[in-house]
Amino acid sequence: MKKIFVCTALVLALAGSAFGAPFKLGGTAPLTGGAAIYGMAARNGAQIAVDEINAAGGDITFELRYEDDTHDAEKAVNAYNALKDWGMQVSLGSVTSKPCEATAAENFADRIFALTPSASSAAVTEGKDNVFQMCFVDPNQGSASAQYIAEKKLATKVAVIWKNDDVYSKGIRDTFIEKAPTLGLEIVSDMTFADGNDTDFSVQLTDAQTKGAELVFLPMYYQPASLILAQAQGMGYAPKWFGVDGMDGILTMEGFDKSLAEGVMLLTPFNADSTDPKTVAFVAEYKKRFNEVPNQFAADGYDCVYAFKQALENAKANPDQDADEICPLLIEQFTTMVFNGVTGENVRWSANGEVTKDPKGMVIQNGAYVGLD
Amino acid sequence: MVFLNFFISGISLGSIYAIIALGYTMVYGIAKMLNFAHGDVIMVGAYVCFYAVARYELPPVLGVLIAMLLCTFLGIIVERLAYKPLRQAPSLAVLITAIGVSYFLQNAALLLWSSNPKVFPSIIGRGAYKLFDGALSVSHVTVLTIVTCLLIMIVLSLFINKTRLGKAMRACSEDKSAAQLMGINVNATISLTFAIGSGLAAVAGALLCSAYPTLMPTTGSLPGIKAFTAAVFGGIGSIPGAFLGGLMLGVIEIFAKAYISSQLSDAVVFAVLIIVLLVKPAGLLGKQVTEKV
Repeated sequence: MKKIFVCTALVLALAGSAFGAPFKLGGTAPLTGGAAIYGMAARNGAQIAVDEINAAGGDITFELRYEDDTHDAEKAVNAYNALKDWGMQVSLGSVTSKPCEATAAENFADRIFALTPSASSAAVTEGKDNVFQMCFVDPNQGSASAQYIAEKKLATKVAVIWKNDDVYSKGIRDTFIEKAPTLGLEIVSDMTFADGNDTDFSVQLTDAQTKGAELVFLPMYYQPASLILAQAQGMGYAPKWFGVDGMDGILTMEGFDKSLAEGVMLLTPFNADSTDPKTVAFVAEYKKRFNEVPNQFAADGYDCVYAFKQALENAKANPDQDADEICPLLIEQFTTMVFNGVTGENVRWSANGEVTKDPKGMVIQNGAYVGLD
Repeated sequence: MVFLNFFISGISLGSIYAIIALGYTMVYGIAKMLNFAHGDVIMVGAYVCFYAVARYELPPVLGVLIAMLLCTFLGIIVERLAYKPLRQAPSLAVLITAIGVSYFLQNAALLLWSSNPKVFPSIIGRGAYKLFDGALSVSHVTVLTIVTCLLIMIVLSLFINKTRLGKAMRACSEDKSAAQLMGINVNATISLTFAIGSGLAAVAGALLCSAYPTLMPTTGSLPGIKAFTAAVFGGIGSIPGAFLGGLMLGVIEIFAKAYISSQLSDAVVFAVLIIVLLVKPAGLLGKQVTEKV
């Protein structure tokens, strides 16, 4: 009896792989709450990629499942556990940094390979051989921004306003401050705010203005940035503004006066106006389904799924394998392969999970993102 | 000139604290309880005003009136359901309940309106008065906030000191059981206090969000705590004290940020508070009450 059962199971398993059973791909993201704008975008992007791959009907197909973590580390671990019970074989980690630091530790302990679309803090990948990032790690954003400002000669006198109780903001600011002087940029004003006093920015802006800053660097999320832009306009101060990927989302805030963001520059690896055929197709599909232009998070989610497809194909992985069997195969692939996606050409990963790709400069014009180069 | 600019920034921040502190101090002065949910009533008022003005395109004054009306109802309902059953309970229980109400309102707002930040349309525009050829600018919102503050202060003082209801309030504040023996309806008086306090919260919400335009379910909580500090600073229970405390807190915060360190500004603010309370334990304008045993 037992033998028959084992035989049937084997036959079923073989039949399953022959008909291309899907790999179970799971991730956690803030689908509700203040950071939902990022979570929804990443999930939508990933979903498009999964549908395209499944429709093409190759050897590799995916079943995608996202769980809500509301940008909370504890809830992210619960969501991760739900995905593990479901039988997740490859993981998309979490979308935002703080929850991802928590789920990455679980990924490492459980030997489930993870590639996060957008969790950018250095602690996400640190010391974990099976956790990789699709976005730039925070310190790199700081040095890349300084380099971009210097190369394009946008300014020589720069002010920085950053949030001192946020790892994301501090991580970017620290490397920016370190790198800027070596490139001939002068930091004339370096001011902070924290959660409790993030309503009034008159002091920070006056300081930047009186010290003659031509450009203000804002390594922060869009919500305080929107207040800064409004108050600067009230003061009649109009420097160049330079943001980071957290600035993405400012244009979709309900009631936001888009003219305030006119001319704001930001460094992001994705340009929705690019004429690259892959990007054009992705943007068109995203617009059709969700009625908006995809932001960088959506593109990261999309690329993650394609990177997984490439790696699983190269490794000749089989959907019947357990997560811990797939994990070493993927580690080997990701540290050696070169990936071309919508967020960059010739994307490579180092052994510590950090990504190397070229950032693109973007500027907000008439309420939309336009590529600078 | 830069100094004056910082001073004006401080006054505009302080005027917002002051208007929130008025509500805190009035409820404390009469009902003798700290209504920690005050900041969240402010948030509800701001949302109501946001929907009235931005979604239904009503004139701002009407929006504020609707917000006042709804917040007054909200205040009465909260008082009836959460505080009234605890009238005889120790004050610690009421305090904990108030914190509970605060969380309840925040999470209800999260469900109702989601936590995507909304940009509040200013009720009087974003313009500013320019002085000395534009070297100094005072925004219209700041002027409106200060005028509203003064107006509320005068009306409240007159109401409490000159009317029969105000007399009843003062009586309740001094001794609830004696007031009851004199034929004052203590429960109704305290409910009325909450109703007025919540109505004021709606005005504060509209002004807070006109000055600093992002609106989220947690918008009220931090300014609420700062305003509570301002009320204690000025002497909790004293209406002019709340106004003075609010303005001073704002100015100290901005000066600390500008001249000491933008990282340490909150530490400086609270250090000043501790020093004031060490020298004058009842706050700047608070009455030192000695209780007879």
